[in-house]
Amino acid sequence: MSVDLSQFIPTFLEESYEGLALMESSLLNLEQGDDETINSIFRAAHSIKGGAGTFGFGHVTDFTHLVETLLDEMRDGRREIRSEEVEVLLESVDCMRLMIDAIQNETDYDNSSIDVTSEKLELLLSGSLSDDTGADTPVETSKNASSWQIIFIPEHHLVQTGNDPLLLFNALEDLGELKVNAIVDSLPSLTEMDVEELYLQWELQLFSDSVTEQDIREVFEWVEDECELEVTPVSFDEPETESTSLDETSETAEVKQPNDETPSPEVTAPNIEPEITPSPAGAPVTENKEVKVATKAKPEGGSIRVGVDKVDSLINLVGELVITQSMLSELGNDFDLSKVDKLTAGLEQLLQNTKELQESVMRIRMLPISFAFNRFPRLIHDLAKKTGKDIELIINGENTELDKTVMEQIGDPLVHLVRNAVDHGIETAEKRLAAGKPEKGTVWLDAYHQGGNIVIEIKDDGGGINRDAVFNKALEKGLIEPTTNLTDNQVFELILEPGFSTAKEVSDISGRGVGMDVVKKNIQALGGRIQVDSTPGEGSTFKVNLPLTLAILDGQLVRVGEEVFVVPLITIVESLQAKSENINRVSGDMILYRLRDENVPVIPIFQLFNLPADSQDVDDSLLVVVEADGQKVGLMVDDLLAQQQVVIKSLKDNYQDVSGVSGATILGDGSVAMILDIPGIIQMALDIANKKQKEKQLKMQNEGALI
Amino acid sequence: MAKVLVVDDSNSIRDMVSFTLKGAGYETVEASNGQEGLTKAQSGAFDLVISDVNMPIMDGITLCQELRKLPSFKFTPILMLTTESSTDMKMKGKAAGATGWLVKPFNPDKLLSTIKRVIR
Repeated sequence: MSVDLSQFIPTFLEESYEGLALMESSLLNLEQGDDETINSIFRAAHSIKGGAGTFGFGHVTDFTHLVETLLDEMRDGRREIRSEEVEVLLESVDCMRLMIDAIQNETDYDNSSIDVTSEKLELLLSGSLSDDTGADTPVETSKNASSWQIIFIPEHHLVQTGNDPLLLFNALEDLGELKVNAIVDSLPSLTEMDVEELYLQWELQLFSDSVTEQDIREVFEWVEDECELEVTPVSFDEPETESTSLDETSETAEVKQPNDETPSPEVTAPNIEPEITPSPAGAPVTENKEVKVATKAKPEGGSIRVGVDKVDSLINLVGELVITQSMLSELGNDFDLSKVDKLTAGLEQLLQNTKELQESVMRIRMLPISFAFNRFPRLIHDLAKKTGKDIELIINGENTELDKTVMEQIGDPLVHLVRNAVDHGIETAEKRLAAGKPEKGTVWLDAYHQGGNIVIEIKDDGGGINRDAVFNKALEKGLIEPTTNLTDNQVFELILEPGFSTAKEVSDISGRGVGMDVVKKNIQALGGRIQVDSTPGEGSTFKVNLPLTLAILDGQLVRVGEEVFVVPLITIVESLQAKSENINRVSGDMILYRLRDENVPVIPIFQLFNLPADSQDVDDSLLVVVEADGQKVGLMVDDLLAQQQVVIKSLKDNYQDVSGVSGATILGDGSVAMILDIPGIIQMALDIANKKQKEKQLKMQNEGALI
Repeated sequence: MAKVLVVDDSNSIRDMVSFTLKGAGYETVEASNGQEGLTKAQSGAFDLVISDVNMPIMDGITLCQELRKLPSFKFTPILMLTTESSTDMKMKGKAAGATGWLVKPFNPDKLLSTIKRVIR
């Protein structure tokens, strides 16, 4: 029977990644050192090694073997846990990840870093690694004979370890023709007999010219310490007589042999063939060549491991739904008005069931954010080393759950923010001491839920952002006008603009091409937003606000003429009835609305999408003030409808991209509503305004030319 | 149909063992550590136990010792599935009452042929 091993590879990869993450985080905590931690690191390495061997990744096995051996010495107390070992082990984790990545992506990898780390491991191990590895290679292959005599005297308790002599004999029979004599001498009388003990002994004869003593002993491998075993080659004449010589009382039993007339005792001399049975563990593949795996496992569309409790709760809820459904359908059989109350109650229940079911299904896609946070202790460790700053990382709320897709996409922006905090936020030890702060800098990583969103805060106790430096730099880069009046937070958020970098020199850590603007872009692509807060001398906080999921959106339904649109709730600042005294028509088409001390441009939705509206006058309209990219605008709509969760359907997949619209949804009455893409709409409105401005200028120039 | 308890903390290995056994007509029950294995073992009779050695919460050696204390597991074959090929680990397994061992890496064929040595 052959089993296609490739089907288990995705699982192997998944658990390898988990194992590596565990090794990494444990190694970082190892500095204090305790047995359980080192044990769990060892176990993780051990599992990866075992899996890699089984699924045919010899290069991973070989490398991990070194790691495991080192860990074993540390675990046994034969080796001290020093930072030198920890560093090499961390490096090894990277190497293993590199190899696992290569398997997952079916690509090649850079061998050199692995060779370097291998050497380091070997160097550490040298002296101690000598006899361990070759322990299980067979010492020698004994000579062959055409017939073997085996005397097998098991201890009485042999069967109590689950071994069964008959099965051993069956295994011997696979090697050749077998003759079994049971010796019943030591059988006690019936009254003395203990049914759990084994009193029999055996004398066996095996006829085969290709069997070695090694082969035979291997069959008895598991019981060799629980029996007396003699294996001797038999002389080629008269093997029968020898067997009878043992005892008169022995009973001969011929074990049935399926189909052969094979080697009779008088066959030729023992042929000595150096045929070594391949030892399963002893000969790992040493070539570090690329490994091609016939697997379709790709990171996208991967699997989610879901806790049983989540599935159970789902099943429970479906059960409840079925009950509600049967109640309702019974009610519908002969319905009259007297049953309206029951119907209302039933529908209420249905609503409840649906809501719970929805939440429960959503939870299946939810993973604790620790999956994204796990890499940070290592990152901080490495960054601290590189920058020579002493930094502590404090993580809170790592059990906060987040949608898997969001999690996968937020990882890199978070890394950048943390890097930024270490590189630009935390000052050098001297500066900190001079400022009267503790020498050790702290970076906090917090996650928590807030009103249907998840908030991730990256906070440092560094020097804070220099408002003036940012302002001047933005001026220099032409991002703002000298007269621009900005709040502190708006100034700080300028560092998230494209083409902005205050770092005097580009360091190795941050500012390597990927700027903070990309961070902002990525967060916005997820439907989230980022805010910056900073106090000089006390530190900065980057607050990332993300939707819990990308599949469902909290929306505000608004009406424009006959059409219903969905405005993502996360973007809404406030909704208000426009008052005419606050309306300010600047230059022709542009309308500004005075909102307290800000002027907010008004975007009439009907104009943008060419729709007939109830009212085209701002005075009678409702304004929904939304914010994106730090820019507030007022969307002019006819009516505010309900707030509800909507399921996002992609327009691109079902139709095509439409600017100003991020997707569509189906409402309760079956009609389709478009979900507004707020940053897109702002951009559209700006483009239109610019175009008009240019046209106007052009027109004026033309008119000027005419005059 | 023979019923096998498969105990391993590695999902891939457990899947592979279980899949192979099912394909060969065995019924399997899976557990991801010794403690879970012990609990599942107490819930029914098994013809064979295949267990990893290195596992969190409860390791395979302890599981083996605990199983041997149960009357219904007194004679049940217990195979230790392990990368430890050293004599030391084998002896520890034997002392704990293991029937035999299967050294990783192994393939499905090797698994089935080994099982035939302990299960009728």
